[in-house]
Amino acid sequence: MSAGAASILGRVEPGTARGHGGGGPASTRITVAYGFWIFLLSDIIMFSTLFATYAVLKGATAGGPDGRALFELKTVGYETACLLFSSYTCGIGFLSAERHRVELFYGCFAITFLLGAAFLGFEASEFARMVAMGAGPARSAFLSAFFSLVGLHGLHVTVGLLWLVYLVAQTAAFGLKDFVCRRLHCFSLFWHALDIIWVALFTLVYLMGVQ
Amino acid sequence: MFGRLNLAALPLNEPLDMVASGAMILGILFVLILVSAKGWWPSLWREWLTSVDHKRIGIMYVLLAMLMLCRGFIDALMMRTQQALAIGTAHGYLPPEHYDQIFSAHGTIMIFFVAMPFVIGLMNFVVPLHLGVRDVAFPVLNAVSFWLTASGALLVNVSLVIGNFSRATWLGFPPLSELKFSPDVGMDYYLWSLQISGLGSLLAGINMVTTIIKMRAPGMGYMRMPIFCWTALSSSMLIVAAFPVLTATYAMLLLDRYVGMHFFTNDGGGNAMLYFNLIWVWGHPEVYILVLPAFGIYSEIVPTFSSKTLFGYRSMVLATLGICIISFTVWLHHFFTMGAGADVNAFFGIMSMIIAIPTGVKVFNWLFTMYRGRLRFEVPLLWALGFIVTFVIGGLTGVLLAVPPADFVLHNSVFLVAHFHNVIIGAVLFGVFAGYNYWFPKAFGFVLDRRWGIVSFWCWLLGFYLAFMPLYVLGLRGMTRRLEHIPDPRWRPLLEIAEVGALLILAGLAALITQLVVSIRSRERRRDRSGDPWQGRTLEWSTPSPPPEYNFAVLPEVESVDAFWQTKRRRAAQGEPPPHYESIEVPANSPNGFITAFFAVVTGFALIWHIAWLAILGLACALLTLLGFGWFERHGRRIPAEELERVDRAHREQAAA
Repeated sequence: MSAGAASILGRVEPGTARGHGGGGPASTRITVAYGFWIFLLSDIIMFSTLFATYAVLKGATAGGPDGRALFELKTVGYETACLLFSSYTCGIGFLSAERHRVELFYGCFAITFLLGAAFLGFEASEFARMVAMGAGPARSAFLSAFFSLVGLHGLHVTVGLLWLVYLVAQTAAFGLKDFVCRRLHCFSLFWHALDIIWVALFTLVYLMGVQ
Repeated sequence: MFGRLNLAALPLNEPLDMVASGAMILGILFVLILVSAKGWWPSLWREWLTSVDHKRIGIMYVLLAMLMLCRGFIDALMMRTQQALAIGTAHGYLPPEHYDQIFSAHGTIMIFFVAMPFVIGLMNFVVPLHLGVRDVAFPVLNAVSFWLTASGALLVNVSLVIGNFSRATWLGFPPLSELKFSPDVGMDYYLWSLQISGLGSLLAGINMVTTIIKMRAPGMGYMRMPIFCWTALSSSMLIVAAFPVLTATYAMLLLDRYVGMHFFTNDGGGNAMLYFNLIWVWGHPEVYILVLPAFGIYSEIVPTFSSKTLFGYRSMVLATLGICIISFTVWLHHFFTMGAGADVNAFFGIMSMIIAIPTGVKVFNWLFTMYRGRLRFEVPLLWALGFIVTFVIGGLTGVLLAVPPADFVLHNSVFLVAHFHNVIIGAVLFGVFAGYNYWFPKAFGFVLDRRWGIVSFWCWLLGFYLAFMPLYVLGLRGMTRRLEHIPDPRWRPLLEIAEVGALLILAGLAALITQLVVSIRSRERRRDRSGDPWQGRTLEWSTPSPPPEYNFAVLPEVESVDAFWQTKRRRAAQGEPPPHYESIEVPANSPNGFITAFFAVVTGFALIWHIAWLAILGLACALLTLLGFGWFERHGRRIPAEELERVDRAHREQAAA
């Protein structure tokens, strides 16, 4: 994303500039990470809109199946394990990138990719199973909200996987230069945020849905 | 192959649409031919279309807003004329189906493509200069934001020629906006153009928050920032918090329309009132996204033209942040009649009234700033004075509407229409006009014509009162909004006065354009060589007009509020040692924004007409553009210290003379 574009503004003495008005503009590293945090905040607000919608429409099954009839906690459990563990490998991967341990970085990101792909596989099979049962997103308001909320998260994971491949390709092309590391930092933040959202989603949709 | 697109989409048997489309196409052709004939393409591409300079992007935002203001105002004039004609047995000149499109387009355009780009454009231009830095945090992203906004505006205008526009009001309320009741492409034009421009607004907000929090000149602590920066910060935080809700809400409506989901439908368990809640969770903060920067503009203009420091700086900051927070707790006052119950209505009613308190603080601060000041009645101050009087009336009717029992009587009447025009014209529009007159010399190096400025001010002010005060009365008498035919002939005289007001505003708009043309033609006479035509107090006036692309040759050291005022006094008292110049790097141009936006338009158009292959192709190209431009590390262009020194010295000499 072009958020990574360097903006070379002003001379910054290392250590003095924290953007609090003392030492002038903050460094690119700080600015990029801060901007990405703000983006994540907006993303979480988008999710919260869908969470609120889900909460309102949860009972609106229009005579169709509800969560208890549809959710299989065991599969979702495996799915959750994949995503949570991928967050761990992503974190290790980013830390190794910062320490310029390239092999470890590649290894961790490869595992992250596979776990993310496995998560998506579980999700896709769950969606396919529900649609085959006649419980697709057009069946009821409850299912519209369910598919949109879970699907939006899945879409984020998909985008994350594509981004991951792009960043690994950039690392292969340029090595772990500063601008690549800044983006890896953003990616890592993004991936952890998806994890946090999933924890809320798993609790509110699945755990509370089967009760 | 072409989805739902065929020749029937052209308005061949609707004469009004044909004239409008023809005029628009001729206008575009004229501009294209002019640019080609004069050989302006290379410089246009180099200096504007691919620019990542926050000042040029700001200027392009304002230009977009001005163009769309003309479009939106024509819609307004058509509505007023229809209501003045279609009374009793007469039926006016607009068929209902056309009238419904016009009021939907008017609201959509005025909020999303006039007020938003005008406000964001001024923030873009001014904030980095105010903060004493050389650009925003993410210059390329800034260009992407602008071009996405422009894409949305383009799609709205395409709907005039190909297909039609929404008939479901400016917020697209379901169930009317669902596929069952709005089966044609009008609603899809509305949704996709706002999704695209909304993304642009969100990115602009993120950029602005990061800029203000992380990029300030040495010494520019939070409590030394000009109030405009505080309001820009609050407005941008509201953008970050509110626009994702809008995006999600529109996405749900799109899913209803495109894949048959049931979020807001009448059947399948859908809940239309959920849409009302969600859209106003965005919609009410949106009011403050627009008006807070306008308050900021007044807070700059009033001290400058009173030759005094702003009264109550701290209370102004607190009031701004207070409004910023409370703005998220009032949305339900837009639909008290939904029947949420007395306790819920009471809560939102009280919160809505409370918001008048910080707003009142601001009004008194401006008044006390002027008290015993040496007022200079230049055009920007006139707009500010017109604002204070007008806005107080609009605020009072707002407090009235915040009382739930009163709202049950006035809901969806033209009293409400009068109220929100009273605040949006009286505060936001007057504010951006004030800012436009105030900062124009900074942007272009010459001062706008004062006489035509005064003419435009009085026409707008009087036109506003004539056009909207009658609507308060009509609303109290029971006239509902969005009427294409007026059943009660007793309402005729007031509607005719409103029509006269609209014509006077037309004169005001014409005077505004005349002012620009006259000023450009006599620009050599009106050159401002000092860079400080108004005896300014903030840092933007310390730069040459127009400022160089890097803004400041040396980043200023800030010691107080009114940083430049202090510098001037110190310079006069004790002189100043020559600064130490060091070479700097400025970000290089990038066509990223323009190309991405082009593909966004293609994608949006394809989605509107259900052309699947083109939508996939357009989206893929847009993503590839972003990824392609992101592949290489960006290097800036180096400006040597000698050049900085030469430009800066020349400016200092002229400013001293």
